[in-house]
Amino acid sequence: MKAHEYQARQLMQAVGIPVPASEVISKPDEAKAAFEKLNASKAVVKAQVHAGGRGKAGYVKLIDTADEAAEHAARMFGDPMVSKQTGPQGVRVRKILLANAVDIEKEYYLGIVVDRAKRCPVMMASAEGGVEIEEVARRNPDAIKKAWFHPHLGLQRFQALALAEMIGLVGEQAKAAVGIMLKLARLFIDKDCSLAEINPLVRTPEGQILAIDAKFNFDDNALFRHDDIAALFDAAEENPAELKAKEYDLSYIALDGNIGCLVNGAGLAMSTMDIIKLHGGEPANFLDVGGSVSTEGAVEAFRIILSDEKVKAVLVNIFGGIARCDVIAEALIAAAKEVGFHVPVVVRLEGTNVEIAREMLEKANIDQLHTATDLTDAAKQVCACV
Amino acid sequence: MSILVDENTRVICQGITGKAGAFHTTQCLEYGTNIVGGVTPGKGGMKSEHGLPVFNTVHEAVAKTGADASMLFVPPAFAAAATMEAADAGIRLCVLITEGVPTLDMIKARKYLDDKNVMLVGPNCPGVITPGACKIGIMPGYIHKPVNKGTKNVGIISRSGTLTYEAVWQCTERGYAQTTCIGIGGDPVKGLNFIELLDLFEADPETHAIVMIGEIGGTDEETAAEHIKQHVSKPVVAFIAGQTAPPGKRMGHAGAIISGGEGTAQSKIAALKEAGIAVSDSPAKIGETMTKMLG
Repeated sequence: MKAHEYQARQLMQAVGIPVPASEVISKPDEAKAAFEKLNASKAVVKAQVHAGGRGKAGYVKLIDTADEAAEHAARMFGDPMVSKQTGPQGVRVRKILLANAVDIEKEYYLGIVVDRAKRCPVMMASAEGGVEIEEVARRNPDAIKKAWFHPHLGLQRFQALALAEMIGLVGEQAKAAVGIMLKLARLFIDKDCSLAEINPLVRTPEGQILAIDAKFNFDDNALFRHDDIAALFDAAEENPAELKAKEYDLSYIALDGNIGCLVNGAGLAMSTMDIIKLHGGEPANFLDVGGSVSTEGAVEAFRIILSDEKVKAVLVNIFGGIARCDVIAEALIAAAKEVGFHVPVVVRLEGTNVEIAREMLEKANIDQLHTATDLTDAAKQVCACV
Repeated sequence: MSILVDENTRVICQGITGKAGAFHTTQCLEYGTNIVGGVTPGKGGMKSEHGLPVFNTVHEAVAKTGADASMLFVPPAFAAAATMEAADAGIRLCVLITEGVPTLDMIKARKYLDDKNVMLVGPNCPGVITPGACKIGIMPGYIHKPVNKGTKNVGIISRSGTLTYEAVWQCTERGYAQTTCIGIGGDPVKGLNFIELLDLFEADPETHAIVMIGEIGGTDEETAAEHIKQHVSKPVVAFIAGQTAPPGKRMGHAGAIISGGEGTAQSKIAALKEAGIAVSDSPAKIGETMTKMLG
């Protein structure tokens, strides 16, 4: 789960990581008052959306009057933000952050992720802040300093101090950075983060160390023990079809192609997309109905796939293990009745109760339904339909 | 021969009185697995619906039944703790089926397990099966082919569930038996990984070739490719799922995500090919690729 920048700031503030004063608004007419409340000579107006590329899209603006704040807020709330990450339709801005703009002498990077290979969290620090860390990793990997830390013991002060020195911070500034690192590491563990990133962390001409922007992601699997974090979820930022799917325990991701897929199991669902591509088609979605799918859930899956106007054909690929083929056949019959197949549906079934399922489908004699003998045959058939 | 489990493995089920635990215990018993009891805290002393003794703790279960392996169907919030309990009680192999275990819980549990003489498979996995001898997990038993005199045998390691069944089925249909099949699970932090299992298959005289099924996310396949080049002499057939997966999206499995340019199928396939491994370009051609390698 992703958090907004303003939410990340609140989390950092709560543990004592210094951030410039800021205000959050949800209507354009709140902009003037917010700027005046900041009582700053200049401020940054920042759209709060999960998609990246805000700066280039013109949704991060430096201003120095209340009128300017109002003007930019009106524009950002009014026009959807279009960036490389949003697609041409863009995303609507629902919250805007106004933050005190500080003078910056130098930008740093600070971030924590889980190192999968070493099976522990790793803090990364770099003197090359303000740009994407992936960019630094490509261009100059040596500029990223790392400290792996124990999940129980946490980041040790000596580790933080070494990182601070490696990125060129000394004296009081190193001390301040160490404080921030230790707090960020604590926050990462306490809140089950999957990413905790301050970028940039800055040094002001007065020698202050401040967190200017932050990105926090959380482990979905741990949300059950963090009501405060779960409350940060912003449904407006999610794809409505993906949200709907979640209600039925379906794992669905919308893609750009025109062949819908309904599969059981994540690995098989991914490979079904791959085999469609291999035979010249483009998948319209990833959809894993899971192992314990009910008829109701599977019917809903069809509803979601078929409501995507791009979909010109559907490939159903089931390897029955725990999910039984007869349940899927029942769902196919129900979906044909309740949802209606307005495009061809190619079905490949294998595994538990496959004979019963095939018989059921044959009896039902559903219009637009085609059965395939194996996976390759299924992929070829469905690609020929579009 | 097989790896990890055989007909002598004595299995308990942690979570035996839950819906999934009870159902799959039945399935495993029907397959012939030697399940000797179960654990559900607070329900010790009763009999499970299968007539098996239920214990409050794993310690007690081990003492009374001599169990050396555990199949865990414990809810996500308690799964890591249950695994540590099993390790502390002297269980040699934990098979953690549960999906949805917090990553930090697994990181902490792994630190604990590292000091114990225990192997973990999972979490978020279908389990382990030595066909004809022992099934610990949720895979359909009948798709597997037991090793017999004169059969050509493969060992299968996979990060996926149903995609593993697909690979198993393709091997069975072509007459290849399986020594052991392991679903290592789709989470970012887990127990046994490709490398450890590759070594076990390399050392197992009955395993003639290995199928390795990876997917996007992380760098385990790249590491495995390097390891195979150095230490594995047997033919390896690989398939990587997610060549068409978009970056930044979690593809069902918690660990199946391309992030920061790392974990792409292309990178994994390139590393595997570079190590001389036969990579099937289609999920439907894993068996066919094996035939090219093994005849």
